[in-house]
Amino acid sequence: MSSIFDLAASNLISPIILSFALGLMAAWARSDLTIPEAIAKGMSIYLLFAIGFKGGASVAAHGVDAKLLTAVGAGVVLSFGLPLVAFTLLKIMTKLSKIDAAAIAAHYGSISIVTFVAATSVLEGRAISSEGYLVAVAAAMEAPAILSALWLVARGGTNAKMDDGLIREIMLNGSIVLLVGAFVIGMITGEKGLAEIAPFIVSPFKGVLCLFLLDMGLIAGRGLRAAKGVVTLPIVAFGILMPLIGATFGLAAALLVGLSTGGVLLLMVLAASASYIAVPAAMRVALPQANPAIYLTLSLGITFPFNLTLGIPLYLTVAQMVTGG
Amino acid sequence: MDMHTAKRVEIMIEAPLEKRLTAALEKAGVTGFTVLPVLGGSGRSGRWSREGQVGRAGMVAVICLIRPERLDTLLDAAFAVVEPHIGVVSVTDAMVLRAERF
Repeated sequence: MSSIFDLAASNLISPIILSFALGLMAAWARSDLTIPEAIAKGMSIYLLFAIGFKGGASVAAHGVDAKLLTAVGAGVVLSFGLPLVAFTLLKIMTKLSKIDAAAIAAHYGSISIVTFVAATSVLEGRAISSEGYLVAVAAAMEAPAILSALWLVARGGTNAKMDDGLIREIMLNGSIVLLVGAFVIGMITGEKGLAEIAPFIVSPFKGVLCLFLLDMGLIAGRGLRAAKGVVTLPIVAFGILMPLIGATFGLAAALLVGLSTGGVLLLMVLAASASYIAVPAAMRVALPQANPAIYLTLSLGITFPFNLTLGIPLYLTVAQMVTGG
Repeated sequence: MDMHTAKRVEIMIEAPLEKRLTAALEKAGVTGFTVLPVLGGSGRSGRWSREGQVGRAGMVAVICLIRPERLDTLLDAAFAVVEPHIGVVSVTDAMVLRAERF
């Protein structure tokens, strides 16, 4: 048990978490600190490219095996299934409407790539290796949850606005294209390709991640401030309980696939995290009746900070205990 | 200067719907419009700002200048997209130069 606290304590005083905390505090103190929108977008492109490329290069170095397909399949099943769990839990714990509950459920089946990146950074800091193809699993987990949530709504007799354009936007979402594209480039060019651009995508990575998390802290802090009165205590409790449940499902899936300690952590993190980029945009199109203040505050203001500060150390400890790593 | 009457239609809509709106306008034969980013504002849901938005979020303003007789066609097309969503549609009288361009 003490190892969880030691890990959490060392995680809490890492530059990444402290940058996020700075953003949160600046937002709460109503500081005018902002990261320009174009720079934030540039940093997210950089992080997606770097993580995708490194994942692809790792697969090239270690070879492709059947586990890749199994892991991607497990990710897709998790993404389809977790919204059903989240929806049921919300109906039990809260008084939210079916549409709001379904919209929130979609977020919890999909993933937060920044939480994934932060977890890979924790693994790198502890010299724990992981399967590079989990980047592909992350990309595969973005979209299925949206379909599950729309099915939940349609089952209740409400028509969601699902059209061909939306399916294309979900499947060809910019972050999925960039992540998968960089992963394929990394796979093709391998370690040699990685060595060529390492000064750009390896060395500055943590620094950029710090600045990006500073921005995320600002966004989360301002979102939380604006959501006073919208998010009730049971909803907050869901925002903390659901990642733990998701991580448990992720752990079971990772063990079934036979992933390494690092891989187990990353799949737990993917299953525990909630989307705040791809899914909110899809929900605004497909379920405009759902209240964005609730689902954005939950995923970005509650679950994201929880995973970042306490969730990742907890999941890592569990992964190490279970795998003996 | 030779001035001509026109209608200026301004549609504030959520950014993820921008392409759907402009596609609907084009389908209705409205090929001239301008899309502007919106920095922030205040509405029925309170104040909001472009800061604090992740990904393709926030609002955009789509502005069209058209001949008065084409107004209903445009509004029908726009309303089909805007109706269930957050947004504002306003129409104002305007004067334009070079009427053949509208």
